[in-house]
Amino acid sequence: MTNILETRGLTKRFGGLTAVDSVDFSVATGSITSLIGPNGAGKTTFFNTVTGLYTPTSGTIAFAGRSLVGLKPHEVTAAGIGRTFQNIRLFGNMTAVENVMVGMHSRMHANVLGILAHSARVQHEEATARAKAHALLDAVGLPAQRADDLSKNLPYGDQRRLEIARALATDPELLLLDEPTAGMNPQETAELTQLIRRIRDERAITILLIEHDMKLVMEISESITVLDRGAKIAAGLPHEIRSNEQVIEAYLGRGAASMAHAHARNGGEPT
Amino acid sequence: MATSHPRVAQGVPWRSIGKILIVIFCVLFLTLPLIEMVKAMIADPQLLVRQLLIGLTNGAYIALIALGYTLVYGIVELINFAHGDLYMLGAFFSLTLVGVFSLTPETPWLIRGPLLVVVLLATMAFTATLNMLVDRWAYRRLRGIGSRMAALISAIGISFVFQNLGLLWGYLRFPFMNGVMGSNAVAPKSFPALFPNVNLLAGTGVRFGAKDLIVVGVSVVLLAALYVFVTRTRLGKAMRATAQDRDAAALMGIDVNRTISLAFILGGALAGASGMLVGLYNGTAVFDMGFTAGLRSFTAAVLGGIGNIVGAMLGGLLIGIISALSDQYISTKWTNAVVFGILVIILVYRPTGLLGDDTAQKA
Repeated sequence: MTNILETRGLTKRFGGLTAVDSVDFSVATGSITSLIGPNGAGKTTFFNTVTGLYTPTSGTIAFAGRSLVGLKPHEVTAAGIGRTFQNIRLFGNMTAVENVMVGMHSRMHANVLGILAHSARVQHEEATARAKAHALLDAVGLPAQRADDLSKNLPYGDQRRLEIARALATDPELLLLDEPTAGMNPQETAELTQLIRRIRDERAITILLIEHDMKLVMEISESITVLDRGAKIAAGLPHEIRSNEQVIEAYLGRGAASMAHAHARNGGEPT
Repeated sequence: MATSHPRVAQGVPWRSIGKILIVIFCVLFLTLPLIEMVKAMIADPQLLVRQLLIGLTNGAYIALIALGYTLVYGIVELINFAHGDLYMLGAFFSLTLVGVFSLTPETPWLIRGPLLVVVLLATMAFTATLNMLVDRWAYRRLRGIGSRMAALISAIGISFVFQNLGLLWGYLRFPFMNGVMGSNAVAPKSFPALFPNVNLLAGTGVRFGAKDLIVVGVSVVLLAALYVFVTRTRLGKAMRATAQDRDAAALMGIDVNRTISLAFILGGALAGASGMLVGLYNGTAVFDMGFTAGLRSFTAAVLGGIGNIVGAMLGGLLIGIISALSDQYISTKWTNAVVFGILVIILVYRPTGLLGDDTAQKA
């Protein structure tokens, strides 16, 4: 299986702080991969570096065989990586449908002259984009009557869905989801898990997920990578990560690790 | 209350006295003149309508300039102090073209009309390009490196550069300009009376000239076009998205620098249009005309809620009408005091302006 995303020795330093520390990381094409780790482990910084918001201090990022280092964020998006944000970052004063249409920006072509001339092609493109946006809203399960509400007025769960619709509108091959279920109740989380699976299965989009909900991570992921204090401490299948001592230690501390390990040997599961 | 402020408890209500004094002050100095004004308005409704129409014409050109402030502020949070001077350069550029085309009040309309449209479009293209280049050369380098003050001070510097360009422009004596710059470089330049001055409302006792209609008409068309552009089109949506969250917009595939350039281009084009319209309307242009016009337009943008394009239009209209009424019923000398006094009062009660919301709604 080929890897759609591969980093080698990826490092990002802010002054004396090494937020991402020579991380070798790969995402298999077509997989659902999770990136986990305690708070402050450098997961979001990793996302920001991959998507071009930060320039890596050193290391390489290859996406579908092409280097992303030095590309601007909009170029990374055009290359085929879409993302959502840990703290929702919708365009609050635009409607849900407009938010999704902004996501299509780099796939549309209308320029100033065409717009001023009000050409038929531009109008057609705008109408097509609007229809596509409505279809995406429907696909993520946002109620149709909410499509023209300002996004800041949407309920929290719908805002999370809208962010995913907007990211899908960029027409990505790889979708980065930064804590998509943060703040959701168990029912909403279950629905979102379904949605993520559907996106991968129906649209053939590879998913890379940052998530704190371990139940979700273990259930959905085909591969898990664990970061702690910027460095990769483990990578593997869910059941391997579950029983990895270093991982348990990172989450629960040294003493807890041995306890949990003993517990696991007795047939239980660490939480 | 009583324990912490014994003096109040003792029965000397200083605060109430203060309030009563303010009320008395208002009655003496505001209410009486206001009653006089209203009386004057009722006594001569034709005069009132005339002033309102003057306000409408002034409001139209102020709104055009105000949009340049609001578009740029909305997207990069820079108060572009050079914007008023860009408007002045627009007036100078259009005057130069008027000379180049040898337009005079005798030029037949069949030729004059199309050429005036050419002058308008060329002036808009000129100021748009200039505004974009200044952003690229000066402001863009200063974005995202710490203090916003750096860009702000640069804008003030550019304002002086523009004014001096205007002064230098006055010295130009190329033969093809047909002497439009006159004999004195520093003195106000005269435009030929190319807009017809016939009164469209003749016989009603109210004045609304054909040239007023041209200024208002062109402004309304441009404002409507801008509104449609920003709300309905792909690039307009990109501008609004960038204004609200630059990083998120970039990650949705929007080239942020290009989008910012676009805001400077649109704002610049509107300032150029305004410069030409006002030059031909008033028949004069001078190198420091941008200062007052810029200040009033910036005030209009703040009044409407800076960053909000409908707000800038509304603010422009209000400032135009308030100025016209104050010119007539108070005194032209008091007009600035009245305009800025009203601005202060509105900002005290609505700090984000008339249409601005708490989260600083943008574009």
